[in-house]
Amino acid sequence: MSKSPDLTTLIFGRLTWDAIPLHVPILLWTFIAVMLGAVAVLGALTYFRLWGYLWREWFTSIDHKKIGIMYIVLGLVMLLRGFADAIMMRLQQAISFGHSVGYLPPEHYDQIFTAHGVIMILFVAMPLVTGIMNYVVPLQIGARDVAFPFLNNFSFWMTTAGALLVMMSLFVGEFARTGWLAYPPLSGIAQSPDVGVDYYIWALQIAGVGTLLSGINLLVTIVKMRAPGMRLMKMPMFVWTALCTNVLIVAAFPVLTAVLALLALDRYVGTNFFTTVLGGNAMMYVNLIWIWGHPEVYILILPAFGIFSEVVPTFSRKRLFGYASMVYASVVITVLAYLVWLHHFFTMGSGASVNSFFGITTMIISIPTGAKLFNWLFTMYRGRITFEVPMLWTIAFMVTFTLGGMTGVMLAVPPADFALHNSLFLVAHFHNVIIGGVLFGLFAGINFWFPKAFGFRLDPFWGKCSFWFWVTGFYFAFMPLYVLGMMGVTRRLSHFDDPSLQIWFQIAAFGAVLIALGILCMLIQFYVSFRRREALRDHTGDPWDARTLEWSTSSPPPVYNFAFTPQIHDTDAWWQMKQHNYRRPVDGFLAIHMPKNTGAGIILAGISMVFGFAMIWHMWLLVALSFLALLVVAIGHTFNYERDYYIPADEVTRVEALRTEQLASHV
Amino acid sequence: MDEDVARIASHRGVSATMGQNVLFRSRTDRRTFSALSPLVPSPVMSIKALRGLLLPAVAVLTGCNTVLMSPSGDVALQQRDLIVTSTLLMLIIIVPVIALTLLFAWRYRASNKAAAYDPEWDHSTMLELLIWSAPLLIIIALGALTWVSTHKLDPYRPLDRLSAGHPVPTGVKPLTVDVVALDWKWLFIYPEQGIATVNEVAAPVDRPIEFKITASTVMNSFFIPALAGQIYAMPGMETKLQAVINKPGDFEGFSANYSGAGFSGMRFTFRGMSEDQFAQWVQQAKAGGALNREQYLELAHPSENDPVSRYASVAPGLFETIVDGCVRPDAVCIDGMAAPSAGAANNMPAMSEHPMSTMTSAKDSTGHSSASEADTTAAMPASRPL
Repeated sequence: MSKSPDLTTLIFGRLTWDAIPLHVPILLWTFIAVMLGAVAVLGALTYFRLWGYLWREWFTSIDHKKIGIMYIVLGLVMLLRGFADAIMMRLQQAISFGHSVGYLPPEHYDQIFTAHGVIMILFVAMPLVTGIMNYVVPLQIGARDVAFPFLNNFSFWMTTAGALLVMMSLFVGEFARTGWLAYPPLSGIAQSPDVGVDYYIWALQIAGVGTLLSGINLLVTIVKMRAPGMRLMKMPMFVWTALCTNVLIVAAFPVLTAVLALLALDRYVGTNFFTTVLGGNAMMYVNLIWIWGHPEVYILILPAFGIFSEVVPTFSRKRLFGYASMVYASVVITVLAYLVWLHHFFTMGSGASVNSFFGITTMIISIPTGAKLFNWLFTMYRGRITFEVPMLWTIAFMVTFTLGGMTGVMLAVPPADFALHNSLFLVAHFHNVIIGGVLFGLFAGINFWFPKAFGFRLDPFWGKCSFWFWVTGFYFAFMPLYVLGMMGVTRRLSHFDDPSLQIWFQIAAFGAVLIALGILCMLIQFYVSFRRREALRDHTGDPWDARTLEWSTSSPPPVYNFAFTPQIHDTDAWWQMKQHNYRRPVDGFLAIHMPKNTGAGIILAGISMVFGFAMIWHMWLLVALSFLALLVVAIGHTFNYERDYYIPADEVTRVEALRTEQLASHV
Repeated sequence: MDEDVARIASHRGVSATMGQNVLFRSRTDRRTFSALSPLVPSPVMSIKALRGLLLPAVAVLTGCNTVLMSPSGDVALQQRDLIVTSTLLMLIIIVPVIALTLLFAWRYRASNKAAAYDPEWDHSTMLELLIWSAPLLIIIALGALTWVSTHKLDPYRPLDRLSAGHPVPTGVKPLTVDVVALDWKWLFIYPEQGIATVNEVAAPVDRPIEFKITASTVMNSFFIPALAGQIYAMPGMETKLQAVINKPGDFEGFSANYSGAGFSGMRFTFRGMSEDQFAQWVQQAKAGGALNREQYLELAHPSENDPVSRYASVAPGLFETIVDGCVRPDAVCIDGMAAPSAGAANNMPAMSEHPMSTMTSAKDSTGHSSASEADTTAAMPASRPL
């Protein structure tokens, strides 16, 4: 490329044309398709002159509602990528028997299952959970925004930057071939000298900063910004679970950052934290990553529990049963989440007492979880249940998650785990709880709060199609894996010798196809709902006759959420207001103090992504420049004094008058 | 027949609630009972639900002749029993929850105006006690089972029985097999017989086996489902597995922890055979070449889908040198005391003096028989800084 190889190395590091997979047809075609799609989208945005709108109204927005929506869009887009990985794996395992080696050599297959795990947990489930918390929590506690609005925007873009790095690895270089937790020594420089693990490290580090900051943000918001009268024991259940989740995030994510930093040091500067024969210990990594990894599971599931705790009372038209015991159950789960990590590696040879301790703490978690299930059950009991889409997801959850809980407790018995560990039984178990728990919860939440966010409901017909495909698809895809686990089949295999296993993998692949149809129906649902938005319009702001404060606002809520901060008298604040014939104030509005949009978040995250990319490819010049730029922009942003503005009282009066009109026309 | 069982179960469930009813105090609590009673005349839903749930469970647990459900080694058999027992224990709570979910969803559907509706009912101390204590009782039972079985089936603990009702005869020493997970094949060293094999391991039926397990570069997991549960194979460390095979036959073994490109082909055969056949099998290996350090280093090079091969002799102390990460002449052993050429004779005592500092050594806290203490200590992962 250049006559001065040193200069080339300084600028491009180890990035050469070889890193672009022009010689791999499947990747080349994917690349071309993605590029054409990207050109089409970017072209359309330019043609319709949407860039300015997107930049002003969305990218630089510090409105928690818009950031929440952007998180959910990110999660759904990444779901498509993560699911593409899943269906490729299912296809490979369904055909790769005996003499057939399938269509994915280990080099690709191993990247795919690694990327699938990383993407589904960190770039699908996390953004969806964070997005819903971001959108709903301030509305439920009667706040106008989160505690640190700029930080919120910055957190979102850091998460996006991490996701983009993972996506980049598809076409520039490769992703890790280590499994989603990248255990050393396999992830060490000796076994994985290429850029895959570095992509993994920097994607997670950058996204991790975003997650941690968003955790702090929501934690402070919940602790400090509740409307007057909302004592802790009057908070809606979703806010409680969000509180617990953010406590977990704040305590767990620094461990991830630390352990990845140690792995990075091992790889970049030749330390030996995880090299046993040189005085380190790989078991330390496994412990540390699970000290983050297990709470991470509860970080995902607790908000889902919160969503169900909102959905069940709403669609049973009845108060939540056992509110106090629900709260205690969430708190107990939060505390116990830190005392179970070792159950991920009973087979490492710990003593029987250590294994028993962690096995029993794991089982104890099933007690509060079981109590929660009973509470939802008795909320439904003597209710008037309507089977709207969110409620369907909830019932499917209650059945599916209970099964997943049972197999989880089986795995918590250490000697049983010796037989089932790392098998497809384990794979079936955690998909059973993550799909059957987290994802079903998120879908319930999306269907539930969509009218609040956009002013029209999601089309129920396509929602139900999506629901039935997903649920039956789930059972077809994962029940065979339980059976295969019992047959002693381990996970992450790209080829099998025993032809008697094939039928089970084919059933599982069929299940994956059904899930694909479920996803397709969901996309159709969004499209159809948008087309039919006038018919599905929610004029009242309270389409489900629901119970918590967010439903007291218009759909979508005004930028300031509440013209007057509400007074809280009950856990089901809005229900209580409705019961007492609450009347909206229609005059006497004051100017409202609001934070101002800023581009600093997206710029800082963009530079962070460049920094990560440069670190991955050892482009030391760019590393130095981007790091410097990061400092300059961050410091520069502290001199930005135009951070807030007032919405004039006239404007508030105008917006509220429109709402009065809208309500009056649809009584 | 299934229906009858289910009906009895559903009747029992209700009568249990009736029994509790005397304790109900508040008005709302009494209403709880009266609303549960309509479940009796319409058990159709719960029967369907129960049958729908039980059949697959029964099919999975007993119908399929899977290796985990019908193993050939006593340890795996006890693990199987534990899986079945814990499942049955949990079904006590799982089945009612799932059945009630479907039942309540159906019974209290909005269109069923005949069903009671009580929008403000949100608390019942009695029910709260019940819903916390029922799972608690199950977990207490399961926890006790876990504590006992985890100690009994600790892979480091020398076996005390060959199979149910057959204790290990006194004076029987276990067959020692040193296992090395290489990239991507398995090396088995028989220190007593002085032989080594690749991708095939054999043991006489009804003789305790002690596997000492390590790995050359990355982490693997040593797993023979028909014989016993798995245990990790980690470089620089030694783990242990005690097992016994009760039936002759060829069984599948493999790595159960992803270890890189050749992982899928990292399989071996475990052969259970009579004492005579085992002696012949050893003789067969005696016809092979020698496994010294150079050949080991040659063998350790990454390769995939390797055929079975046999070695007539093994360099003394090779396994210990592998654990210490110093087979290569220029490498320094983990414990830093023994020179690479010094071999096992020097290594073993040196290792046994180390403080137990790592996870794998937590064994000592379990207070097992002192007879195994020396072995356990020697088996410690020696991960002392240089």
